[in-house]
Amino acid sequence: MEDLWTQVLLLTASTFRLATPLMLAAMAGLFAERSGIVDIGLEGKMLGAAFAAAAAAAMTGSAWVGLVTAMGVSFALAMLHGFACITHKGDHVVSGVAINITVAGLGPVLADAWFRQAGRVPITGESMRFRSIELPFAQVLADVPILGPIYANVISGHNILVYMAALSVPLTAWVVYKTRFGLRLRAVGENPSAVDTAGISVTAMRFRALMITGLLCGIAGAYLSIAQGAGFTRDMSAGKGFLALAALIFGKWRPVPVLFACLLFAFADAIQARLQGVELPLIGEVPTQAIQALPYLLTILLLAGFVGRAVAPKAIGQPYVKER
Amino acid sequence: MSVSVTAGALPPAVALEGIDKSFGPVHANKHIDLAVQPGTIHGIIGENGAGKSTLMNILYGFYQADSGRILVDGRERVIQSPEDAIAAGIGMVHQHFMLVEPFTVLENILLGAEGGWTLQAGAAKAREALLRLERDYSLEVDIDARIADLPVGIQQRVEILKALFRGAHVLILDEPTGVLTPQEADHLFRILESLKEQGRTVIVITHKLREIMAVTDNVSVMRGGEMVAHRPTAETTTEELAELMVGRKVLLRVEKAPARPQAPVLEVEHLEVVDEVGVRRVKDVSFEVRAGEIVGIAGVAGNGQSELLEALSGIRKATSGRVLLHGQPILDAADARAKKLGHVPEDRLRMGLVRGFQAYENAILGYHLLPAYTEHGFLKKRGIIGHCLDWMKNYDVRPVAPLLQGTSFSGGNQQKLVLAREMEHDPDLLLVGQPTRGVDIGAIEFIHKRLIAMRDAGKAILLVSVELDEILSLADRIIVMFDGTITGELSGAEADARRIGMLMAGIREEAAA
Repeated sequence: MEDLWTQVLLLTASTFRLATPLMLAAMAGLFAERSGIVDIGLEGKMLGAAFAAAAAAAMTGSAWVGLVTAMGVSFALAMLHGFACITHKGDHVVSGVAINITVAGLGPVLADAWFRQAGRVPITGESMRFRSIELPFAQVLADVPILGPIYANVISGHNILVYMAALSVPLTAWVVYKTRFGLRLRAVGENPSAVDTAGISVTAMRFRALMITGLLCGIAGAYLSIAQGAGFTRDMSAGKGFLALAALIFGKWRPVPVLFACLLFAFADAIQARLQGVELPLIGEVPTQAIQALPYLLTILLLAGFVGRAVAPKAIGQPYVKER
Repeated sequence: MSVSVTAGALPPAVALEGIDKSFGPVHANKHIDLAVQPGTIHGIIGENGAGKSTLMNILYGFYQADSGRILVDGRERVIQSPEDAIAAGIGMVHQHFMLVEPFTVLENILLGAEGGWTLQAGAAKAREALLRLERDYSLEVDIDARIADLPVGIQQRVEILKALFRGAHVLILDEPTGVLTPQEADHLFRILESLKEQGRTVIVITHKLREIMAVTDNVSVMRGGEMVAHRPTAETTTEELAELMVGRKVLLRVEKAPARPQAPVLEVEHLEVVDEVGVRRVKDVSFEVRAGEIVGIAGVAGNGQSELLEALSGIRKATSGRVLLHGQPILDAADARAKKLGHVPEDRLRMGLVRGFQAYENAILGYHLLPAYTEHGFLKKRGIIGHCLDWMKNYDVRPVAPLLQGTSFSGGNQQKLVLAREMEHDPDLLLVGQPTRGVDIGAIEFIHKRLIAMRDAGKAILLVSVELDEILSLADRIIVMFDGTITGELSGAEADARRIGMLMAGIREEAAA
């Protein structure tokens, strides 16, 4: 019993850790897509940021410099996407895919040129990563029944980016629903003409949304390489950007439901890690590959069957042209 | 042309001087002058494509003029964006409403006038101001309702409120009655009157002469991008205005002999249509159309007419009920054509034509497998172009250029091409949806004459139109639809706009009596 309780706590903590990049990327995507920009380039931005974070941290020895660099690179990629989709009214999917492919190739090439480690960027120093933070009183309270271990094992002991991700959801919800920016954001994704005739620039609104997207995606990428992991490896984002996009659709572009979708995917991932090499009753040992596919299978099943009709922002993916 | 202002009078609320605007090769506004007196309702009338909307969009800052000046209350203003126009006290209600459907009324009104970077404070203030405006101008609206749940008439009031909330002293309305029932239109006119009484200025763009006569103080007529006349409404007539609009004399009333209906061609029995989202669009509809008569289906757009038309033409599967053509069921669209059913769809650009196709290709669309056009699986291009040329001449499609792309023709000419295609294949039943939407008066006259001629040749015609005048002048029998059901049937002779209007609003005659 004691053992099962510990297992549950560990599983929950690991779910939070795995959900962090998804949450950040999904909130990033939420800003873009609510403004009417399809962002299939979440994956590429995250991967680019992961590389930038590792490279900058390895060169300067500072995780914080790594984080800022990551946000900078992801921001630049978001602006590139905006330049293609907003300024030049290009196809959003094509631009996103282009960013994904470019980054996937460029990262390892630059890593190889700069660090000569077969396309990897290793992180060695303590200060180059975000370490776990022990929240106040975690040790003292650990003995309090039930709540104590939850606080000590699940709430406390993550690195700062996990807490940032947790904060990003209520913050996003507040911005989207309670502020002027949020009202305009939601409007520009639904009916850009209404925004234009209300005297607000559609272009500026969409660029602003993409700026936030870039910054949030940057944090997500930095988390992969200098917080959760140590160092950059080829394709290390492993489809998390797409999972975030799926969570965004599953959560119908609303911050709180999207959060739960991220947690669900992360939970599947956490289970997957636990199940590897474990003998299951009746089934026996399931091949690792099959277990690893679990979160992705779940995504397909959920999106195909259980979501119902996801109603996207009406103007999503359409370049805004004044009708003539 | 200069506009005289009596000495001592107020300067015009809005004056446009020498406004010129081109879109590529299209010269949409040619040196336009216009003066609108404060506290009046000013109508701008002209055919589609005459440049009315362009002119007003320039005044609202949506487009920028290539040259010319804008004066508001006698002072020159530079208006380069809607923001500038709003600051100058100009508001506009567009033909297609600029509303965000999932938002509430309040959110829509706040958009762009939030009054602070969070919503809370501004929303409370706006609520008060809106209640006052609603009272002053009888603009009753539930400000917490979602736009998507509101009928179009109310959505329009939201647009007016939106403009007034931003402090508009000059209100521009672009084709405001296109989507309204006659009663809703009357209510709108009362609102406009009360705006005028409070000293505000209203500009109404329309192509409907009746409205101009009913509601305006002054009227300006545009034709082909030019301002051709200014008249005080009291000193002009519909006939004069129509002539000024078209540039020649036009018959406003279609001449037709009484119908001689024969055997039924189309029989519809208890038809039900449920759409993709599960909404019942057509509810237990039964009627028949006989050879030699035109049956008109009237109703405000979106009350099931489109779905009915699609079900009848075989494009959409009926959920239950029967559609019989010459006593035989229609299986699908191809079968319908084989059974001599012609269909002029409501949305010619989406369903009537292929935009990128050349005129001759569009002219045989759906009939392309007939031996006259196809041999061994290849199109007989030369022959088709020959047919197309004949039809273009007979139906007055201009320019007579079978190789020109579909989208290069004006709306009226596209429509005539579709009409030619469907009529020239000699159908026994012709379904016609919105035959004159976006079509200029000259072409309307032509299309109406053709439809009458076809009726007189003993064909059955089912006409679906949201233009009540069109139904009234063409149909021998009128069926009114509301919310998917038939609310009444009138003979053409006994029908008038008021009775149909009640039925269009869902008020059945026995209930009203």
